[in-house]
Amino acid sequence: MTASRLSRTPLPGIGYRYDLTTRDQKTVSVVAHRDGGRTLSAYRPEADDPDACALSLKLTAGEADALIDALMPSHHSPNLLHTTDLGLVAERIEIAATSYWNGRLMGETQLRTETGASIVAVLRRAEAIPSPTPDFRLAGGDTVIVIGTREGVEAAASILGRE
Amino acid sequence: MHSAVFLIEFGAIILALGLLGRFAGRFRFSPIPLYLLAGLAFGEGGLLPLGASEEFVAIGAEIGVILLLLMLGLEYTASDLVSNLKTQYPAGIVDFTLNALPGAAAALLMGWGPVAAVVLAGVTWISSSGVIAKVLGDLGRVGNRETPVILSILVLEDLAMAVYLPIITALLAGVGWAAGGLTLAIALGAAGLVLFVAVRHGRLISRFVSSDDPEKLLLVVLGLTILVAGLAQQLQVSAAVGAFLVGIALSGEAAEGAHALLLPLRDLFAAVFFVFFGLHTDPASIPPVLLPALALAVVTACTKIATGYWAARRAKISVKGRWRAGGALVARGEFSIVIAGLAVTAGIEPRLGPLATAYVLILVIVGPLTARFTQPVAERVSLWRRARAVSAAALPATVPAPAVGPETTGPHEEADAHDPSPGRAPAP
Repeated sequence: MTASRLSRTPLPGIGYRYDLTTRDQKTVSVVAHRDGGRTLSAYRPEADDPDACALSLKLTAGEADALIDALMPSHHSPNLLHTTDLGLVAERIEIAATSYWNGRLMGETQLRTETGASIVAVLRRAEAIPSPTPDFRLAGGDTVIVIGTREGVEAAASILGRE
Repeated sequence: MHSAVFLIEFGAIILALGLLGRFAGRFRFSPIPLYLLAGLAFGEGGLLPLGASEEFVAIGAEIGVILLLLMLGLEYTASDLVSNLKTQYPAGIVDFTLNALPGAAAALLMGWGPVAAVVLAGVTWISSSGVIAKVLGDLGRVGNRETPVILSILVLEDLAMAVYLPIITALLAGVGWAAGGLTLAIALGAAGLVLFVAVRHGRLISRFVSSDDPEKLLLVVLGLTILVAGLAQQLQVSAAVGAFLVGIALSGEAAEGAHALLLPLRDLFAAVFFVFFGLHTDPASIPPVLLPALALAVVTACTKIATGYWAARRAKISVKGRWRAGGALVARGEFSIVIAGLAVTAGIEPRLGPLATAYVLILVIVGPLTARFTQPVAERVSLWRRARAVSAAALPATVPAPAVGPETTGPHEEADAHDPSPGRAPAP
């Protein structure tokens, strides 16, 4: 068991590759592309081909952010809405530009009646709108924060995902 | 109505390119060959001779080359180049020896003379960084350990262009030794100065150019680049090198912003450049040079694979990764056409343009395939040879098969004609 370490390799024209070698000599790497995208790769050092990625995952800047959220050691701090021990979950649901709800009122979704989950806030560009009323007009690109039971939030996601 | 005819022609060309590009995108291959074919279809000896837009397309093509090289310069920081040159120069030398010399030899064999030989050497030498970067992304190999090896070879080739292009420009202009030497000295001096200033004071240059307003940034960068390119051309150093050096000198935020702004412009004018090159090639002149082009493509595909194999071995990559690195480097593309374009414009050997066209058409299509299949094919061949070695020795099953070194034949059947192996002992 040696200490873990992070090394950096330049990839001219693409960006940088950061390799994390864990305590038990497993390697995972992140390629930081210059356009803000990230590629997550993992390797199998014991395989006969140690130089190829066993996994290569392309992430957009937003997806990388979400992953960082999940990786944060402080993830179980109370300010991050960690309510699962009460049987409740909070989720961010994105309204696509092609969504049926783009430009429609929040009240039309009938979300609380249908699923029992509530919309507690809407994130729009750099601002957050807390407790939006039913006459709030949704727009493509909004991120809606929904709280409810696991089933309720799943149902809410499928309603909000309507094209 | 001259302008109406021009607008109709030019609009039709751009629209056709857009549709071809969509077609290429559907099949996930590079649109470069289609642009070349479109140029062949239009121009002299083609279906539709163009009249009114010829002149504009010629100027657009020049701007296309300048933007191609500027964007290449923006991709790299000066410290990237310097550190690569320090650590990887042996790979660069092997790359030059294995890939430039076959081109030169082919031109001499066909009796085209020394100037054409230097041009063809460049055509077969420089891999297409654009095609290769895209292929690595598509195959999910960006995180692979052999990828830095591939990229550093591309960087060295691009840096070598800064020396090679002035030489070729001087040769094509037919200047004497003295004037040619002076040109080269100016080019090397300028390149050295730009690298030095960019490494030491890159921030100052970028601060001069940088602007929060995209419109002003675009105008400043584009103006500066075309001005420097023009001055470089005036000094007989080649406009492309001037543009490349501007790209190197810009770093940080200015480079990022300029990169994003210029990308669509580069795509437009580079497409115009490929069409222009096709326009000046008579389709009827291609069949006679098809065989030499094919032979050259096979030989230089194998030599590129050997180059990648050798460079990856030097970087302590395992056998599979070495084959992958070799296969990835095969694609030639935009810069082979840029080099051939200089020669075509200067009007040396008439068969050079058609040969370069056919050669690039072959390798830009084959390159992504070799990137994908070289390693599995090499493995298959090695297993087969091992099996044959075992059965030939007729050993009892308890004796382990003799250890076979990495395969010594290239992945193509044609490889028996010459041995591209990087000096390994042949298998027993």
